[in-house]
Amino acid sequence: MKKKLELNAAYQPKTFVFHDEKKVAEIISRYPAGRQMSAIMPLLDLAQRQVGEEGANASPPYGGWIPRAAMDKIAEIVGVAPMKVYEVATFYSMYNLAPVGKYLVQVCTTTPCWLCGSAKIVEAMEKNLGLHCGESTKDGLFTTMEVECLGACANAPMVQINDDFYEDLTPESMNSILDSLKKGVVPKPGPQNGRNKAEAVGGSCTLKKVV
Amino acid sequence: MLEDKDRIFTNLYGREDAGLKGAMARGDWDGTKDIIAKGRDWIIDEMKKSGLRGRGGAGFPTGMKWSFMPKELKDKPHYLVVNADESEPGTCKDREIMRHDPHKLIEGCLIAGFAMQAHHAFIYIRGEFYDEGSAVVKAIEEARAAGLLGKNAAGTGWDFDITLHRGAGAYICGEETALLESLEGKKGQPRNKPPFPAAAGLYSAPTTINNVESIAVAPTILRRGAGWFAGLGKDEKNTGTKLFCLLGHVNTPCVVEEEMGIPMRDLLEKHGGGVRGGWDNLLAVIPGGASCPVIPKSVCDTVLMDFDSLRAVQSGLGTAGVIVMDKSTDIVYAIARLSQFYMHESCGQCTPCREGTGWMWRMMLRMVKGQATIEEIDMLLDVTKEIEGHTICALGDAAAWPIQGLIRHFRPEMERRINEYRKIAKAA
Repeated sequence: MKKKLELNAAYQPKTFVFHDEKKVAEIISRYPAGRQMSAIMPLLDLAQRQVGEEGANASPPYGGWIPRAAMDKIAEIVGVAPMKVYEVATFYSMYNLAPVGKYLVQVCTTTPCWLCGSAKIVEAMEKNLGLHCGESTKDGLFTTMEVECLGACANAPMVQINDDFYEDLTPESMNSILDSLKKGVVPKPGPQNGRNKAEAVGGSCTLKKVV
Repeated sequence: MLEDKDRIFTNLYGREDAGLKGAMARGDWDGTKDIIAKGRDWIIDEMKKSGLRGRGGAGFPTGMKWSFMPKELKDKPHYLVVNADESEPGTCKDREIMRHDPHKLIEGCLIAGFAMQAHHAFIYIRGEFYDEGSAVVKAIEEARAAGLLGKNAAGTGWDFDITLHRGAGAYICGEETALLESLEGKKGQPRNKPPFPAAAGLYSAPTTINNVESIAVAPTILRRGAGWFAGLGKDEKNTGTKLFCLLGHVNTPCVVEEEMGIPMRDLLEKHGGGVRGGWDNLLAVIPGGASCPVIPKSVCDTVLMDFDSLRAVQSGLGTAGVIVMDKSTDIVYAIARLSQFYMHESCGQCTPCREGTGWMWRMMLRMVKGQATIEEIDMLLDVTKEIEGHTICALGDAAAWPIQGLIRHFRPEMERRINEYRKIAKAA
């Protein structure tokens, strides 16, 4: 289940600097004095986002991931052994420890989504991008993966692309989302069948006239 | 059906402004100061009287949980931690609260924080809920700017602030002690209990961990009175309203607030638009999120949706994520996929769970095809019993229960597959 940490791979940059020092200080200040270890997770997230921002306009593009140098930097800031940060980074599934595509497509295939046809969504995605789920496209645009429940079960099937949830999918809407991303246009997140949030299609029979 | 006037989450579908102004128009932050002026004991007593049971799955009485905190502040500060790591497959209710009614949660934090003498609350939200987390952060900032948080929060004389902490994709962090570990900046591996968090929780200080929904309903309960809340529901142990998530093979999946103890059939037909293909096309339902054992249609016909009624049929209300499966469902695969989920999410700390979830998954995959012997069904059941109750946290139990439910109700289907597979194998 846990990911490999290839600390010395060729893609690892030698150094890492946080661009937004103020944000780093703000994150540490959220936690009680002396408890700065709590900041490891938000700092890992910050590092991943920073790399992602740089990668969005690079050629070829890439998405957010956390280089070893960033983990070492965080260990230094927080004042713990680097191993403590590696432990955290490898435990949680949202930290990418190797480069990923600009658009990280995470398809939920857990039972609630599977019941609503997530297998067809995976199939449509594989066909559209010409890969097997779990692989990346060569142009650096897409990395795909199957993930466990993302907590939008009433809007199944759904995928998460970077931070956005795309819900109530059909193979057709999945295709149009991917086609749109290929053109560099991020489609509107949320339900793709026109329904409002997690309300029943056609409107709920509750909350008719509440202030 | 629950009347609209008795609904707590009046902006469940985000039709209106989720911001402070909209929230105030819906009655949030009304008289918070007066509620707090009535004192700690009154608040905890009202919560006890309301009969509110924790909405995170276990159903532990919320008022009683609050009362476990030390009566006096000693050398260590007290903490309130809100569990917003909603990851149980089939559960998507806290998400609606956080993105559409975040002020209910924030007001609830202030009141609960005051009741347990905490000056600082942490909301631990799952990392995937990026927009939901941002909605909560925005609401916290609004509240701070309006003087509802910070020094002398809402004019109550109590200093209070909230920090949002984002998780990073680990189901196990929904377990309260794993959540605390994660919040302390470590791997999310559950702790042994005792000590219970009320004695030594976050940073070894007294801590109470509550689900988002439990905290978010508290202000409304205190405003409208424990009697109002206790008057709703089935009986004195299953009171109030509850957010239900209806999903899977229903015509109109949705999240809806209903009265505790509503018949399952009513719930699915009134709000879920009925089972796909009609009630008779129903095969089975997982009534409370992935870890609750599946129940077949014969039970669903009459069962009520509350903690005790579902426990009586050897399942549970859990988080009230109602996963509906019609007759087209490959029920064995549906449960096998849950086994895969638990295998993926096991934190690896206890051997029975780390190894057992993998065993169960691999056995289940063979059961899907029928590539097994009849005796192996008993062996599988035996494995689930070896895991259940032999781990630090309840993830081992949660992984075992769906399979036990499957064997309890669908053993004939499993045997049919095995016999069929053998017939084909013999012929070949």
